[in-house]
Amino acid sequence: MSTATTHDEHHHGAPSGLMRWVKTTNHKDIGTLYLWFAFIMLLVGGAMAMVIRAELFQPGMQVVDPQFFNTMTTMHGLIMVFGAIMPAMVGFANWQIPMMIGAPDMALPRMNNWSFWILPFAGTMLVSTLFMEGGGPAFGWTFYAPLSTTFAPASTDFFIFAVHMLGFSSIMGAINIIATVLNMRAPGMTLMKMPLFVWTWFITAFLLIAVMPVLAGVVTMMLTDRNFGTSFFDAAGGGDPVLFQHVFWFFGHPEVYIMILPSFGIVSEIIPTFARKKLFGYSSMVYATASIAFLSFIVYAHHMFTTGMPVAGELYFMYATIMIAVPTAVKVFNWTATMWRGSMTFETPMLWAVGFVFLFTIGGFTGLMMGVAPTDMQYHDTYFIVAHFHYVLAAGALFAILGGVYYWIPKWTGNMYNERLGKIHFWWSAISINVLFFPQHFIGLAGMPRRIPDYSLQFADWNMISSLGGFAFGLAQIFFLFIVIKTIKGGEKASGQVWEGAEGLEWTVASPAPYHTFATAPEVK
Amino acid sequence: MTMEADQRRQANQRVVKRLGIAAMLMFGFGFALVPLYDVFCDITGLNGKTGRIELEQALSSTVDKDRLVTVEFLGTVHSDLPWEFKPMVRRVKVHPGEVTEVNYYARNLTDGQVAGQAIPSVAPGQAAKYFNKTECFCFTRQTLAAGEGKEMPLRFVVDPGLPEEVRTVSLSYTFFQAKDEVTTETISMEKGSLDSIL
Amino acid sequence: MFANTLRRALCSLWGALVLLGAGNAFAGYSDTINLVKGVTDISHKVYDLHMLVFWICVVVCVGVFAVLIYSIIYHRKSKGAKPATFHESTTVEIIWTTIPFLVLVVMAVPATTTLLALEDTRDADMSIQVTGYQWKWKYDYLDEDISFFSVLTTPREQIEGSEPKSENYLVEVDNPIVVPINKKIRFLITSNDVIHSWWVPALGWKQDAVPGFINDGWTELSEPGTYRGKCAELCGKDHGFMPIVLIAKTEEDYAAWVAEQKGAAEADAAAATQTWSMDDLIARGESVYNTNCAACHQANGAGIPGVFPAITGSAIATGDMAGHVDIVMNGKAGTAMQAFGAQLNDVDLAAVITFQRNALGNSAGDMVQPSDIAAAR
Repeated sequence: MSTATTHDEHHHGAPSGLMRWVKTTNHKDIGTLYLWFAFIMLLVGGAMAMVIRAELFQPGMQVVDPQFFNTMTTMHGLIMVFGAIMPAMVGFANWQIPMMIGAPDMALPRMNNWSFWILPFAGTMLVSTLFMEGGGPAFGWTFYAPLSTTFAPASTDFFIFAVHMLGFSSIMGAINIIATVLNMRAPGMTLMKMPLFVWTWFITAFLLIAVMPVLAGVVTMMLTDRNFGTSFFDAAGGGDPVLFQHVFWFFGHPEVYIMILPSFGIVSEIIPTFARKKLFGYSSMVYATASIAFLSFIVYAHHMFTTGMPVAGELYFMYATIMIAVPTAVKVFNWTATMWRGSMTFETPMLWAVGFVFLFTIGGFTGLMMGVAPTDMQYHDTYFIVAHFHYVLAAGALFAILGGVYYWIPKWTGNMYNERLGKIHFWWSAISINVLFFPQHFIGLAGMPRRIPDYSLQFADWNMISSLGGFAFGLAQIFFLFIVIKTIKGGEKASGQVWEGAEGLEWTVASPAPYHTFATAPEVK
Repeated sequence: MTMEADQRRQANQRVVKRLGIAAMLMFGFGFALVPLYDVFCDITGLNGKTGRIELEQALSSTVDKDRLVTVEFLGTVHSDLPWEFKPMVRRVKVHPGEVTEVNYYARNLTDGQVAGQAIPSVAPGQAAKYFNKTECFCFTRQTLAAGEGKEMPLRFVVDPGLPEEVRTVSLSYTFFQAKDEVTTETISMEKGSLDSIL
Repeated sequence: MFANTLRRALCSLWGALVLLGAGNAFAGYSDTINLVKGVTDISHKVYDLHMLVFWICVVVCVGVFAVLIYSIIYHRKSKGAKPATFHESTTVEIIWTTIPFLVLVVMAVPATTTLLALEDTRDADMSIQVTGYQWKWKYDYLDEDISFFSVLTTPREQIEGSEPKSENYLVEVDNPIVVPINKKIRFLITSNDVIHSWWVPALGWKQDAVPGFINDGWTELSEPGTYRGKCAELCGKDHGFMPIVLIAKTEEDYAAWVAEQKGAAEADAAAATQTWSMDDLIARGESVYNTNCAACHQANGAGIPGVFPAITGSAIATGDMAGHVDIVMNGKAGTAMQAFGAQLNDVDLAAVITFQRNALGNSAGDMVQPSDIAAAR
């Protein structure tokens, strides 16, 4: 435990050299590692998305063959979910949670080091499947059996192992966050005084502990089905391929909330700061987050309306699913009320947060439409769903992450980012992401299935527009890399407060935040 | 300070222990979903898993002469099983409670012995738990010698409790290569084709 | 009912927008930007429900966005706005929790009735078994003893871009499924290998094809016509290349089609007893190869290294005839190689085997007659 020794180290700052990063137990270092890992994965997954959009630019097979196309859609999904969004959120948690609750570090610093360093190995293993004989996994990020068992390439076993490692990392990270929140709060920092970002992560951590083991279970079943003669998912041996989907979505649905709840937290930090007004309905935000998390366990089969579920099951899952709209609406209303009669300025973080509210709302509504079972019989597995989950995960979670980076990067580096470039990045991304994903609603409704490398001619126009938007959006994130590096290298010095309207413990320390903060716990009144 | 740190460490270890156990329990729960799913299927008739009863029990049920239910028969052979397989009759009309026997026909198209396992499925799903069999080729694995063709009997009874709104029940069998013999079969088939090449 | 009133209100709102000209730009594109309206009663119900939910979403969305935009414009610091201090109101929270809940209840009513109608497969006039294969569909008419495969016919040249793409690019097949109008048709959907999903948007639903299990769905068409759809569940490499073409015919035309199918089956049986020349077999074999084999083994026979073996120069296709016949007819367990004995007739099997041995860079020089295939069965 470093608490006792921090005082001595206080003046020494960070050790240097490569081993600093390998052996570090400092929450800020680990946060930085997570964020860089996520960014690299974002670019890798984004490159795959570019391959997909290039192939779909016009009808016909031009760029890749269908098998490789399927590999790209699969890997893009897996990398973005497990490699980019989730690690980025953990990166924020590492940097911010101790500073927000007045703790000197995470509760379990050594485990924290492990959680991170598993990731690069898991990520490398996942990506290495691309170079194996028979190609990488090509069965979609949902890896439905039996396509992922009996009919999958040999590299699938490596994919399974990578998922196991990712799961381990996430579970350890979640345990650490819960322990930190429970045991490391400064005196006076009661649960209901915690910043909303901490609350959303606290709830997310419980979700992770509940569902990541189930994911580990389902891939283990796949592994034994593939190699050891069991028949969990093989009808020939008395199993059932639909069982796979039940177990997978028991993980998979909470998983999407694992990605979006911390985003809610980030946005709930940014909006009050730039509205110069306290977050409206703090406690209802906490309750809404908790009820969304709870509902996520009992609605999962809405992903399976077309698998031949009994009518009673379809009705139940439809009712339960559309109920999620209620707490989600409460959140949007609360953000709106926070902005209402505030005194707003629109620095880059605020732009991302407001962009998040608008675009996430659109994604939320298409989600509601798909919760309605009879219409989902049409929407299911089309580009409509692709548009939906990119509105909530790319225009939602990714926008929140980008906003969060702009919001906290002055605290992390001590330098202000270039406001002009930040605004260009936002508008460039906001426009191109809509050009990219909005037309996908149209082609989905008109009947284009997802995960196809080639399409019939009536979808040609919108696909081309969508691809153009995609290329522009991809380029915008390279531009972001430039902005980040520029900010790290220098720029206007940031004050400790950074933002005029910011409230919270992290703004009471200097910018950049010292290597060790709150070695002596602050008093929270 | 040290005492406080000590307490904190203990508290952290408690959290790790509890959450670690929770994670392991959830891992177990993932596997527990397998039997839970079977129970769920039995209750709801999901995926059309049919029932099996004894003949005496079937004969003792009262026949509902006022009602006729159409039963359709379907046969599919999975891609890895080189068999021909089809129902001898496409459909029969039965009274609920009446014991009926029909035959399927299967033939092994290879020049080696092959074992297959038939998997039943019923649509609509809600009829599944009212569809009971006293004898079925799907109860055990079926082995056919090279080129052997065989009629396979199926004796069933539709439970009079079948919901009023169900008037047609479709019974499908899919024949798969019997699972635990897959390895030996593959080898012998490869050997067979190798022999003929050499 | 409130739902209907609301729908009428929304329709008039839509009408007003159209009158204002806002809808004009939309109208020409309605085929490519909105849900397929379809041709059956059920598909219309689904479409109406879709529009109802859509307009509810639009109205709420416009309301929320209006408040947001107003606030963004007027409550900014540069306009001299001073921040208010309110940050809580239980009353407001209760109101905006209750209202969405009530809206959802309103939506749930028509959703429930539509779902019940959609799942009501009883009292069908005829049944057709639909079986998904990698990557084609098989249709078995339970009442007629008709059974055939339906495979994409779009030529490789169009897909690879060396020829211009035809109007029905990727949505054309050799043997469409033909159904009569004004009959309630029940589809029994299953799969032979992985999960597929049978989807004709004009019918208003899709249903997964799960290996080992059957699902059902139904339709009743009132107008003759051709309706096109696609496999909707990722099923491997050629998931994008297994379309569905459904042709609805009047009862007389349907009867004629049934008779024709039965006649064709007899003609095939007759052709199988003849002795074929090598050239005829190769010519026929090429088209059989392209529809059944080229997806994996590739049009030039080179296969995909590590995934699908090559035909060109393969030990089987250049070796002993019996081994070649055996693997084509019986497949190879544990691999993607299917048992084509159950899928193709004697003539097609003889043709495709002869083609593989004497084309694609192979020159074994021998051939196999349909009668030999019949003997091998």
